[in-house]
Formats: sequence, structure tokens, C-alpha cells
Amino acid sequence: MYGLIALGFHVTYVVSSTVNFSQGSSVMLGAVLGWVFAVRLGWPMPAAFAASLLLCAAFGLLVERTLVRPFAARGSSAWLMATVAGGIVVDNAVLFTFGKEPRSFPALLTGKPIELLGTGVYPLQIVIPLVGLGLAAAFSLVLHQTRPGKAMLAVVQNADTARLMGINVRRTIALAYALSTALAGLAGLLIAPLFSVHSDMGTLFGIKAFAVAILGGIGSAPGVILAGLIYGVSEALITALFGSVYTQIAMFTVIIVALALLPQGLLGRAAVKKV
Amino acid sequence: MLPQSLLRRVGRRSLLAGAAATVLLLGAVSAHAQDTLKLGLVAAMSGQSAKSGEAIVRGLSIAVDEVNAKGGLLGKKVELIVRDDESNPAKGAIAARELVQREKVVALFGGLDTPVSLAIVPFANSNKVPFMGVWAAGTPITRNGAPENYVFRVSAVDELVDKALVDYAIAKHSTKKPGMILINNPWGESNEKGLKAALEAKKIPYAGIEKFETNDVDVVPQLARLKEAGADVLFLVANVAPSSQVVKSLDRMGWNVPIVSHWGPAGGRFSELAGPSASKVHFIQTYSFSGKLAPKGEAVLAALKKKYPEIKTLADVTPAVGIANAYDALHLTALAIAKAGSVDGPKVREAFYAIDSYDGLIKSYKKPFSPENQDALSEKDYIFTRFVEGEILPLTQ
Repeated sequence: MYGLIALGFHVTYVVSSTVNFSQGSSVMLGAVLGWVFAVRLGWPMPAAFAASLLLCAAFGLLVERTLVRPFAARGSSAWLMATVAGGIVVDNAVLFTFGKEPRSFPALLTGKPIELLGTGVYPLQIVIPLVGLGLAAAFSLVLHQTRPGKAMLAVVQNADTARLMGINVRRTIALAYALSTALAGLAGLLIAPLFSVHSDMGTLFGIKAFAVAILGGIGSAPGVILAGLIYGVSEALITALFGSVYTQIAMFTVIIVALALLPQGLLGRAAVKKV
Repeated sequence: MLPQSLLRRVGRRSLLAGAAATVLLLGAVSAHAQDTLKLGLVAAMSGQSAKSGEAIVRGLSIAVDEVNAKGGLLGKKVELIVRDDESNPAKGAIAARELVQREKVVALFGGLDTPVSLAIVPFANSNKVPFMGVWAAGTPITRNGAPENYVFRVSAVDELVDKALVDYAIAKHSTKKPGMILINNPWGESNEKGLKAALEAKKIPYAGIEKFETNDVDVVPQLARLKEAGADVLFLVANVAPSSQVVKSLDRMGWNVPIVSHWGPAGGRFSELAGPSASKVHFIQTYSFSGKLAPKGEAVLAALKKKYPEIKTLADVTPAVGIANAYDALHLTALAIAKAGSVDGPKVREAFYAIDSYDGLIKSYKKPFSPENQDALSEKDYIFTRFVEGEILPLTQ
């Protein structure tokens, strides 16, 4: 779950060295749009999923075009604040349009819990990490085997050279943003049946996922997914062993210590400038 | 200073026109303001608790309409001015100051959040402005130790709620070792103290105390610890969305344990969020619009449906406590102002103590306030309820 959102941070970072801090809002948007299509309009689930993911991707394009490109083009870091602000705007816009009340997402693979390691688990809870791992694998395959993937890698290496080689850098970066918000939207859709759908559901996920991205090494897709799994499992373990009062304190202390020991994250590589 | 370029772009003429319009508008507002008696509300109108603010506004507005239909107060129409505190104590304190100093409101009403109300209490007392709580249940809001206490309340009081929860768990489930699952914020903490004290008074040990966050998806680890420790009843204190996460986690664990809850679940569509197990949660309320209503209840419900056409079923008049508490609180305040014959804070405060009786929505109030007890409701006025298909229905013990 965290891994999916964090993967979104990773995608835009490797391509453009910028990060969309409204990822939490994209998570929320995925769930809210899914709810609107599936419940209010009564669409079948696959259609609702597809429509919601498409709109999330469109949101990513919009974020890149209006909140990142104008600032990054000037070499300014104001995109950082702009995307945070964009997220707040979206959260509040949804508050007014979707409504103030949390709503319930239709049950999806959450019918009957199955017994696993002594506690009950919904099938969906097993599906989520599998989707994460699958996407990470598919992602690195696409990146290394296909033309758009290779174009992305080229932009990562050196944007100017890539441009000279005839690669559309702008379009590649926009694509990365669309992909990243779609990933976050997918995370929102997957978490919705376990949770409730409301306008500020994404904020904390966004922050935690950024911590996960940094922990995993924001430049490494497998690292990010691995860190997501580790984060989720340790959160549950700490709560079970020491009690919930200590969960957040312990988790974020561990993150600080981990970063002090491994500044590049779990599987990240030092940012070496190749000249 | 406006930058030159902007001035040029917008044009001086339109700027001047805008300024003139603003002056006219301000003039109109202040001229209008002269002939009304203003009452202020500081409550959460946005964010997760926005539904509570909406309910309070509805309860207050219906009562304001009734007061105005009878000629208003002190010869003036009553006007309600609402400010959003966004559940943030600092914003609430600023809003209260602005309402009193700029809008010259005669009395303040408070919202759902105990931390916000606690931030307003010192201001109300030092500025001698009556502050009426209609929701936040934190014990120290009214019991604040001020020599001249201007804070009154028509709502539940945590300390008394906790006693009622413990009594209910003993009477209904003969609990020997209850566990607590509490939201990790000052409200949860206030109830942790209250529940501990209430259990100690009954010489009952507790299995454990677990906290969880508003956005926790999975509460299974906390609940597993309580189960391990042998909890036979759970005391739940949290708002509607986190409460439903507790219920869903219990479902997943397959643990069928009685839940005795504060009134959090009443704040929204609990049965939709928590699923069929929602009806297992028994929670406290001060009022319910369900079942056979007294004539007053019928009248208020009819007025609500007329003024707010979006109210169609009883599931839409949630949270009933917000509406009912606010309705009675406004009428009690109006009685005090009328009795005082003045908008002077100290006189209104004395008049609150002088109210003899008021036949309200929640109950018939007899001498509701005294300097020793500024809370109009007591544990005798609490009822236990549960959700059945979107409706809050009273339970008989």
C-alpha cells in the first residue's frame, strides 16, 4: 500500500528530480472518484476503476503542467510548495463537492476473512502487496525493455542529451506524472474497501509514503516497494508488541536512525554525477 | 503597496469603483447590524467533523426562527453569526475574539471539539461573555475553576458519561474486566481518566488501554492485545470514521465482544461505514428523534424538514444530539437574556441562574443552572442507543 504511493514518488523523482507532494490527494481522488462512479452512478466495478484511474492520470498531467513545469523550468524549487498547496486545494474542493461525511466503499474481496498466522485477514489484504510487487516488476520490465521506458531512462541520465537524441523530454516527464498519480489513485481504490472514503483520507498516507520512498532510496523501485512492505509490517508489529501509544514515535525514530545509517536508503545509490 | 504594473493592468477606474463598492457594502452591513441582537457560533464547519457544525447550525437556526417569530429579544431580531474553527483551537480562539470584539455578539456558542472550547473558555471568562457549550463534553470546559464562571453547557459531560458507560457495562453485560480502545487525542485522554476513575469507584480492574489514530486502517493489533488480556467488554471513544474501523477490525478477527461507546458513532453514517456489525455498538446519546416523539419533538422535526428540504428520513437528522442540544441551549440563552433585560454579560450570567423552568426538547428543565453546576444535563438524561439500518434507535436496559 505505502509502497504503491511511494512508487509514485519514485517515478517522478528519477525522471525529473521533482516530486509531487499532492500524492496523498491523488490517493483520496482515486477512492472518491471510484466511489462516485461505482456507488452514486452505479457503474460496474471494472469500469469505475478504469475511469477513476484515467482521471487520476489526468490530474497528474494537470499537476505537472501547472504546478511543477513553470517552476522547474526557472530552476526554482517552488514546485515543492506549489504541489503541497495544490493538494490542499484539491482536498477542500472535494470536501465541498463530495461532501463532508465519510462514506463507505462497496465490499471488494472483503467478504470473508481467511485465517492466516492466527488472525483473520481479508483476501484484499493479500492482494494489495501482490499488486505492489507485480507493478514494481512490470515497471522495471517496461523501463528496460520498451521504447518509452528507455526514453525515460535516457531522460534520467541526461535530459539535454536525451533532447538532442530526439526524445521528447517534456512528454516523458508529463507521462511520469500521470503514471505516478495513477499509482496513487490505484492505492486509494485498493485501500477504500478496508477504510472509509473522505476528503482528507490521503494526507497521512502521503506523508508516510514519502517517508517510505526516502527510506527505500527514492531512486530505486525495488527498494521503495521493499521499504513499503517493511514499513507496513513493522507498524503492525510495534503496535502488537509495545502498544499503539508507541507506534508513531517508534516508526519515525526508526526512519531517522535508518537514514543516519543508510543515507541513500535501503537500495538507493549515492547520487554520483556522471560527467 | 500595489506594484505599478498591477495598477496599470487593472486600471485606476476599476480600482476606484471596487473601493467605492466596498465602502457601500460595509456601510450597508453595519447599518443592518444596528438593529439585530447577534449571537455567535464557533464550530467545525469543514473537515471530518463538519457534519457536527451543520447539525448545530440547524438546531440553533430553528430556535432562532422561533424566537424571532415571537418578536425577537429585547425588541430586536436575533441574528446568528457562524465562524469555522476547522477543529483548530488557535483558530477557534481568534474567531471567538473577532465575534465578540468586531461583531459585538452577546453570547457565544461552541462546537464539537473539546480542545477548541477549552481555548475559548479563558477569553469568555475574562471578557465576561456568556459561552454556551452545546456539544464538546470535556469535563473542565464548565468546571474551569474561574471565580466568575461564564461557561454554561447543554450537553454530556465526559466525567458523567464515563460513569454511565461503566454502569451500563455492569448492568447489561456484567463486565469483570473491560478493555478500553480510545482515539489518540485530548478527548480520548479525558475519557481515559474518567473511565479509570469510574472503574476504580466500582472496584473493577481493566484489561488494558489501547490508543489508535484517526486514519488507522487496521486496529487489529491493538484489539488483539486487549483480547489477549481477557477483555470481556470494550469501551470505545472515537468519532464516527475511526469507530467504524474498530468494528471492521473486530469483524476481521472474528471477535464478538460487547462494545459500550461514547457518542462518536452518532456523528455520521455509522451503519454504512461499519457494516452490519454497527448495531453491536451501544452508545450514549442525549436525544433521539426516533420512535414516538413528544409534541415538541414532532414540531422541531417538522420545522427542520421545512427549513432544510434535504432532510428526508430520520437518517438525515444525525447527529441528533447536535441539533437537540443546540436547540435547547439557544432557548435557554434567550430566556436568560430576556430575563436580564439587557445584553450586559454579568447580568445575563445572573439571569441564567434565575431561570425557573423551561419545557425543552430533551427534557423539562427545572432550575437548570446554578453557580455550583453550570451543566443543564446530568447522567439521568443520557440514553443508550444503537444503529439499526441507518437510524439511531433507543435501547432499553
